[in-house]
Amino acid sequence: MPILIELFVSFFLVAFVSFGGASAVIPELYRIAVTEHAWMDARTFTELFAIAQAAPGPNVLIVTLIGQHVDGWLGAFLATLGMCLPMSLLVGLLFKHWDKLQHWRGRAAIQLGVAPLAVGLVLASGTLIAHSAAPSLIGVLLLVLTVVINLRTKLHPLWLILLGGVLGLSGLV
Amino acid sequence: MPAPQTSESVTKPVPTPAALFLGFSRVGLSGFGGVLPWARRLLVETEGWLSAEEFNVLLGLCQFLPGPNVVNLAVAVGVRFCGWRGAVAGAVGLMLGPFLVALVLGVLYGLYGELPAVQSMLHGITLVGAGLIIAMGIRMGLNVKNRLIYLPFAAAAFVAIALLNWPLPAVMLGGAALTIAMSWWRLSQEAKACRS
Repeated sequence: MPILIELFVSFFLVAFVSFGGASAVIPELYRIAVTEHAWMDARTFTELFAIAQAAPGPNVLIVTLIGQHVDGWLGAFLATLGMCLPMSLLVGLLFKHWDKLQHWRGRAAIQLGVAPLAVGLVLASGTLIAHSAAPSLIGVLLLVLTVVINLRTKLHPLWLILLGGVLGLSGLV
Repeated sequence: MPAPQTSESVTKPVPTPAALFLGFSRVGLSGFGGVLPWARRLLVETEGWLSAEEFNVLLGLCQFLPGPNVVNLAVAVGVRFCGWRGAVAGAVGLMLGPFLVALVLGVLYGLYGELPAVQSMLHGITLVGAGLIIAMGIRMGLNVKNRLIYLPFAAAAFVAIALLNWPLPAVMLGGAALTIAMSWWRLSQEAKACRS
């Protein structure tokens, strides 16, 4: 299969299981990009993740960066489109009936049932990324500090990203 | 608690596709680490296109479906006001700026990514990024209803993905079949209890 089609189809399929957004499916993105297609090595994947986190915009940008790494701006476009298109279409179709569906038991059941799985997926994503970065003890402390500050204070995440960059440069983490 | 069909103020502004495009462009580019709060600020507070309740209802639709939630939200808001043209305007507005920024960063990474300084910097940012995602997961976990019943499934999904390396689509689909069946059953029990 031509690589551009492969990019589009891979992310198109991931979209259907990405409950909790792109952050929830990072292990699957890793499997696609590194393990299955060998589009990049593990280090590159982690670094693209870092760039996506530091850039403004939705978390889905990790998919954009993977696409670009594979095949330039067209790859970036098709990968992003693949990830966004399926559910955008479904939202467009479901929208008109949403008022009725609001009171359908199945809707509540799906929302209640899927939420805990999304939690597990998101936590697994964070853990796997952290693990693949192989942090030092200070690096682990930085991660824990980030979690605590982000949960307990209103500090803008950009400051934490800046701190991460500086500590990274210092070679301590 | 969403109460649909409440009477809205009569003079609520209705955006054009161009306004949707510009509004969501601002949201996309100001959103560092989480775009949703900015979307709410635009839609409910700054422009007043939606009431807080309407926002929650549309957000419910977007969180009900998989995929990037904010993109879904931009589509839902766009469709509501301007049909398909609005959906495209909202989604493209949201994504275009960040997409171009990401392209530039990607090119810079291609040029300078091998420099040791860049690599150590990105290494530090990776750890913060992982921390932000874990914090998001914890926050989502705290929002789960009936935690004692549902959080074990979160733990199971975590173990399956992070420790056992099971394929994510299988875990998600298999897990969802189980948890949705369970929540359906619990909801029917509740409905019965209410009726009797």
